[in-house]
Amino acid sequence: MSTADPKRFDLDDATAERLLREAQEHKGISLWQDAGRRLRRNRPSWYAMVFLIGFGLLSFLAPLLPLRSPVRSNLDITLHAPTLDGGDGNYLAALDPDADSALVARQIEKDYWELSSLDHGLISLRRMIFGSWQTGHWLGTDHLGRDLLSRIVWGSRTSILVSLAAALCSLVIGVFYGAFSGLVGGRIDNLMMRTVDILYSIPFIFVVIFLITLIGDYRQVLEEEWGLDREKVFYLVIGAVFWLTMARVVRGQVLSLKHAEFVQAARVMGASTFHILCKHIVPNVLSIVIVYLTLTIPAVMLFEAFLSFLGLGVEPPRVSWGLIAVDGTSAINPLRIHWWVVIFPALAMGCTLLALNVLGDGLRDALDPKMRGKD
Amino acid sequence: MIRFLFRRLMWFVVTMTVVMSVSFFLMKNVKGGPFDTERALEPAIEANIQARYHLDWPLWKQFLHYTGPFNLDERGLGGTQEKVLGGVLSGDFGPSFRYRDFTVNDIIGQALPISALLGVVSMMWALALGVSTGIASALRRGSGVDLALRLAATGGIALPNFVIAGFLIIIFVFMIPLLPVAGWGSIKEMLLPGFCLGLVYAAYLARLTRTGMLEALSQDHIRTAQAKGLSPRTVVLRHALKGGLLPVVSYLGPATAGILTGSLVIERIFFIPGLGSHFVNSASNRDYTLAMGVTILYTVLVYSMNTVVDLAYTLLDPRIDLAEEA
Repeated sequence: MSTADPKRFDLDDATAERLLREAQEHKGISLWQDAGRRLRRNRPSWYAMVFLIGFGLLSFLAPLLPLRSPVRSNLDITLHAPTLDGGDGNYLAALDPDADSALVARQIEKDYWELSSLDHGLISLRRMIFGSWQTGHWLGTDHLGRDLLSRIVWGSRTSILVSLAAALCSLVIGVFYGAFSGLVGGRIDNLMMRTVDILYSIPFIFVVIFLITLIGDYRQVLEEEWGLDREKVFYLVIGAVFWLTMARVVRGQVLSLKHAEFVQAARVMGASTFHILCKHIVPNVLSIVIVYLTLTIPAVMLFEAFLSFLGLGVEPPRVSWGLIAVDGTSAINPLRIHWWVVIFPALAMGCTLLALNVLGDGLRDALDPKMRGKD
Repeated sequence: MIRFLFRRLMWFVVTMTVVMSVSFFLMKNVKGGPFDTERALEPAIEANIQARYHLDWPLWKQFLHYTGPFNLDERGLGGTQEKVLGGVLSGDFGPSFRYRDFTVNDIIGQALPISALLGVVSMMWALALGVSTGIASALRRGSGVDLALRLAATGGIALPNFVIAGFLIIIFVFMIPLLPVAGWGSIKEMLLPGFCLGLVYAAYLARLTRTGMLEALSQDHIRTAQAKGLSPRTVVLRHALKGGLLPVVSYLGPATAGILTGSLVIERIFFIPGLGSHFVNSASNRDYTLAMGVTILYTVLVYSMNTVVDLAYTLLDPRIDLAEEA
């Protein structure tokens, strides 16, 4: 091989053209295609993703489903065991189909809470499809006679929304902080990371509880001047707590990418900074960010449940899984075991969190095969 | 080593300054205080209360008085000098705003041993369960046992601990009346809360142990030990375990922090009069000195636990150089 034949690379035009064509036809497998393929091959993660997408759709379309009101209590049927009754036609029964819209809106407000116009649209669509039919108490009722099935589905909306919003909030803070720190480097980097270390050693749950109770005094001001209601404050506060890991991870990734050989290779080949940023840096950082995002969401959900347990979370009439689980555990008593108020919320929450964890692990394996099997 | 400890100490001072000043000034800037009642107080009474808690002082003086180390009131440095030291730096967290006859130190003194005991019990649960199941699933890798244990571990992570506590209360208290539902004192009463609190960390520890053991078992010196004809027990317990438990040790710091904060919930469920329940009550009662005291105490605990864990890590793995990090 070392004695290269000088004629070896003397290709005739036809061959050269063919080779060129082949090279053009050859499509490289991008990071994402590769990851997608690996994810599909990882059965548990794939099922977890399908489950999550399905559940997400279900919770988004909650107003369209013929569920009972998640808020209206009925003291005649408190702690009613699950039945497979077919349901009844009582939904908004007091109203005839062509009652005027203001009346309907008022009734809906009573049965739910302030809903967006999209949700109002979905509800009127539901009334067109299902009329006044609503499900039976398939999962039983809670201690105020509210339908558990409906509460779980509607609660999933709040829980998913809170965790998505808070995770996104932590994402924005963490990515900017970490990327800036990694890119600038030197003293500023050192200072910024030491700050993160300091924040790490503060028991944040205490600070958050402290903050949320303090904010309670400023609710009116916040709501009127900043348009922040309790839930938005909630996202911000939780997001502000969970960004630390994200910042560290992003910084590490940026640091290692800055001097990575393929980045240098791209630079040598004359790629513009913008091109390098879009094609090499961002996808590589993005993969690890997505993995951490899927692992942050369950953490936030648990945190929401934790705060709801302490009475600092989402406020009634809105429901969240945390609140339902708290209602369930507080209904435990030695005389009669109302298993359904504990089991069903726990099941919904457990399955979702399990799926998220499995998906997160699977995504990490798919996007970073070197990490496979490591925790 | 000394250098490492010195650096840690320095950052500790910075951390504590930040925590103390931020929470102090937040607390002072809040509208409404612990003494707000339905009716407006008589001006004289209000002035009295203000004087009693030094709320009439300028803010900087209040802050210095709170942090210490010198007592600034009439019995302190500038006055009769009966009580020269005071404030957080001398270990005095001041009077509680709500429990009129108690100082924060009294309350912490009562509640801390309870919380500490609960923490120790649950840490023991977590270590015993986590490490043993981790080893078991590493040794039987890929088997049904491994799969079941890993699933259980993921399940343990996926449920909030009050839900798990609910299940366990239904099973072990109502269906099979073995344990008491609440209370604190006897060992029987500690089992269930300790278990509920430790379970999540047991799950994490099991995952870490499994990974660590798998890596340790695949190394050359293990093969040598096996080739020498050592019994599997000796190989696992004497040779593999030391390397395999390293990730576990590094997780103990965060686990301690988590157990300390997780006790907020568990103490409420099982009606345990520990520090966690005091903290939650104090935050909603606006008993700011108590809330701040507990926050500061926990910060100190978490920080020192992390430092101890880092030290322990170097003892176990001499390859790690403390001077480089920190």
